Amino acid sequence: MADLRSEFLGIKSPNPFWLASAPPTDREINVTRAFKAGWGGVVWKTLGEDPPVVNVNGPRYGAVYSADRRLMGFNNIELISDRPLEINLREIKQVKRDWPDRAMVVSLMVPCEEAAWKKILPLVEETGADGVELNFGCPHGMSERGMGSAVGQVPEYVEMVARWCKQHTRMPVIVKLTPNITDVRHPARAARAGGADAVSLINTVNSIVSVDLDLMAPNPHTDGKGTHGGYCGPAVKPMALNMVAEIARDPATQGFPISGIGGVTTWRDAAEFMALGASNVQVCTAAMTYGFKIVEELTDGLKSWMEDKGYQRVDDIVGAAIPNVTDWQFLNLNYVVKARIDQDLCIKCGRCHIVCEDTSHQAITAEKDGHRHFEVIDAECVGCNLCVSVCPVENCITMERMTEGVDPRTGTPIDPAYANWTTHPNNPQAAE
Amino acid sequence: MADGSARSRAAGIATARLSEEDYRRNFSDLHPPLSKHEAQVESDRCYFCYDAPCVTACPTSIDIPLFIRQISADNANGAARTILSQNIFGGMCARDCPTETLCEEACVRNLAEDKPVEIGRLQRYATDSLLASGAQPFERGAPSGKRVAVVGGGPAGLACAHRLALHGHAVTVFEAREKLGGLNEYGIAAYKVAGGAAEREVDFLLAVGGMETRTGVALGRDVTLAQLRADFDAVFLGMGLAGVNALGQEGEDLPGVLDAVDYIAELRQAQNLSELPVGRRVVVIGGGMTAIDVAVQSKRLGAEDVTIVYRRGQDAMKASEYEQDLAQTNGVKIKHWGVPRRILTQDGNVSGIEFRYGQTGVDGRLEVTEESFTLDADVIFKAIGQTFIPAVLGESLEALDLSGGRLRVDEERRTSLPDVWAGGDCVAGGSDLTVAAVEDGKQAAESIHAAFSNS
Ligand SMILES: Cc1cc2nc3c(=O)[nH]c(=O)nc-3n(C[C@H](O)[C@H](O)[C@H](O)COP(=O)(O)OP(=O)(O)OC[C@H]3O[C@@H](n4cnc5c(N)ncnc54)[C@H](O)[C@@H]3O)c2cc1C
Ligand SMILES: Cc1cc2nc3c(=O)[nH]c(=O)nc-3n(C[C@H](O)[C@H](O)[C@H](O)COP(=O)(O)O)c2cc1C
Ligand code: SF4
Repeated sequence: MADLRSEFLGIKSPNPFWLASAPPTDREINVTRAFKAGWGGVVWKTLGEDPPVVNVNGPRYGAVYSADRRLMGFNNIELISDRPLEINLREIKQVKRDWPDRAMVVSLMVPCEEAAWKKILPLVEETGADGVELNFGCPHGMSERGMGSAVGQVPEYVEMVARWCKQHTRMPVIVKLTPNITDVRHPARAARAGGADAVSLINTVNSIVSVDLDLMAPNPHTDGKGTHGGYCGPAVKPMALNMVAEIARDPATQGFPISGIGGVTTWRDAAEFMALGASNVQVCTAAMTYGFKIVEELTDGLKSWMEDKGYQRVDDIVGAAIPNVTDWQFLNLNYVVKARIDQDLCIKCGRCHIVCEDTSHQAITAEKDGHRHFEVIDAECVGCNLCVSVCPVENCITMERMTEGVDPRTGTPIDPAYANWTTHPNNPQAAE
Repeated sequence: MADGSARSRAAGIATARLSEEDYRRNFSDLHPPLSKHEAQVESDRCYFCYDAPCVTACPTSIDIPLFIRQISADNANGAARTILSQNIFGGMCARDCPTETLCEEACVRNLAEDKPVEIGRLQRYATDSLLASGAQPFERGAPSGKRVAVVGGGPAGLACAHRLALHGHAVTVFEAREKLGGLNEYGIAAYKVAGGAAEREVDFLLAVGGMETRTGVALGRDVTLAQLRADFDAVFLGMGLAGVNALGQEGEDLPGVLDAVDYIAELRQAQNLSELPVGRRVVVIGGGMTAIDVAVQSKRLGAEDVTIVYRRGQDAMKASEYEQDLAQTNGVKIKHWGVPRRILTQDGNVSGIEFRYGQTGVDGRLEVTEESFTLDADVIFKAIGQTFIPAVLGESLEALDLSGGRLRVDEERRTSLPDVWAGGDCVAGGSDLTVAAVEDGKQAAESIHAAFSNS
């Protein structure tokens, strides 16, 4: 039996699925419903200083759909909590008391002044919350006021605020990172240098989801005008995975705990974040799309998969794929693959042919003996995987490794030894 | 025409009407299983509705949106656990439920585009996957020391037995036939349960342990209810309907006049379909699922002309519209307003049947007119309903309340005897579906368990 119990910075939760700081964790009623549904923990919707911020009264959200209106990407211009601090704190205290076995982390965003942090931290501590998350990620509205991503984009600020927080509280401090930055390793290093206990990422990505071409205004718009918002949901997962992996394998932040966020929708997404080094995951958009009940799929799916694979505890997965994430320069250049089209599975749509013909290496036939027929020409195939990527039939095209003989494309004999770019003769900097 | 059998029958009745290949094709899956890709595409169509109407429409309340989401998240075995935890016959129900009048009728996609999510086929995909994997998701409960007798090894009885075993009670199943499964094994149309699905499911169900099965033992013949009540802490009655309604016509005993349910049982048990005698011209009397099933299967066995004659209009037929369509696409004719008048014979064999036209009378009742029509027939199937035979209850019958000829039970499936529960086709007020029998068995088991816990 796989054990889903999770411990992150000493914070225990019955499973590694937390709700990210956002509307699902905005108030007692939501969080109580979430815990009833089975969520392991929450990061409460970001608290700020009183008086609370004011949200627009026009629409806050925009969406990108698949053809069947499945929500693929989600965008928002919501600010941090717009309710008085005192009410939030009272509710947090109550919920933590009612649900002692669930993780209760409180997200914070106050101005970049030590006094402001020094003032709010004890108030949070008093609620009995398990930890704080510093929201250095919100990319809209708050950043214009010098908070959120305006802090997260400057590693020095990140370090400074993290240090203040560690000074003024005994609670674990998680720094939530913005993806709106060139190299996410810098703020992560800064968080560690400032003494933070962990990072969580990603917050939302600067975005305009679409443009209303009648009104000539970005969506969503309020009174005819729109602004950029924060993008999240399934669409951002690949970027989030990369950022998590970058931090996990950066020697400067190795072993630094990570909470993975960004597009987690099914158990598999969660397993992927964990394999790349996240100790737990946080979810927002999937809950906002389908409701809290999805946690049943998440927990059962992760558990079943762990049992199938023989993993006993969640920690057994964490970082399991990291040894296989490397730099391009270390990839084996002697590894040669050719595409293979399974003629029994092929439905003869011709997409592989045309993409290879028009945009790749002219390595797939279109006919044979006067009949429509798609077959790989080994002498041209560079093994790029484009045909696999566009083929509508799963497993119809596969990449097969050549283990012996001569690569008909290059005329070079297959070399079973490993060799990478660092030693390649074409590399001007090649080591001798 | 090949006719090796020595049985006396009309010239129109023959065996081996088709090639081996035809039999295989005609009795393989009516709806072939979904491939993984098809299941992914179909599961993507589910909206994961709030308080989903499909769940409400399912008599066993399977959490349909959850299991479909599990399929789409590539967790078919998890999906199967979701299904089986509510309905241990989830594999059979995936095949034989009239989903068009249950879950799929309730799907909100009907409102959007007239095309529900194919819940039944997705359910089959999940349950097939689990059974093929050999995994056993259930565990027998710690022995409670309580013993329960279950009479009847059909879906009602076995669902009850399984749930009781999960609660740790020791169950003995008494089944009159040689094989367990009830109508899953002897009644459901062959093309709905191709490939030994019924037997496989029963084996899977029993594998959890805690259930002793005694086949060939009939209540009323080999044991009495009084004995069972004395020997066990509780009894569940799930004997289904052992009797059949009669036409009340002269000639009913001729070899060409057959009981549809018996014939289907013979078909389901046949090792070799080509040995089964089939009429050339077949007339089926009735308007329910059994009528459709015997008609379609006769056609698929090679009968030339098959006509279902129902005494009322189309809207009164118990068979769903989908099933009526199925019959018609199989080349079965459906005639309405035909009331059997007399069976016609020639040389001592059935040669046809004469009907009177019926019509709706003033008070909505069936009125038989003087006009008539005649159909030629070598075989006439009676599919006019089955009945409960109370005599098997012996002297206990006196203390048991009946309603409309079947056992009366309350919401928890308790009969009027304190230690006797009942469910499935043998109880009054049900819908005579596999899924309803399963729900009865499950509810009764929970009630029995609660009664034990309170005592
Ligand atoms: C031809 C036909 C086709 C059908 N098709 C469908 C379909 O497609 N979909 C659907 O949902 N439903 C269908 N049904 C209905 C469905 O099969 C029944 O509703 C369901 O099987 C009822 O389950 P049960 O356990 O109550 O009874 P049964 O399945 O009848 O099981 C009762 C069991 O009790 C045993 N028994 C009887 N008397 C005694 C006794 N005295 N002692 C011991 N054991 C006894 C019987 O041998 C049998 O095994 C069909 C029915 C028929 C007749
Ligand atoms: C409507 C909305 C409001 C959000 N508000 C906050 C917030 O107050 N504080 C915060 O740290 N992140 C906030 N986020 C970001 C989420 O916590 C999360 O980091 C992001 O949405 C990515 O995860 P997802 O793809 O699961 O949604 C918000 C996201 C959304 C959609
Ligand atoms: S989700 Fe609720 S609050 Fe938002 S627009 Fe719809 S009804 Fe209003």
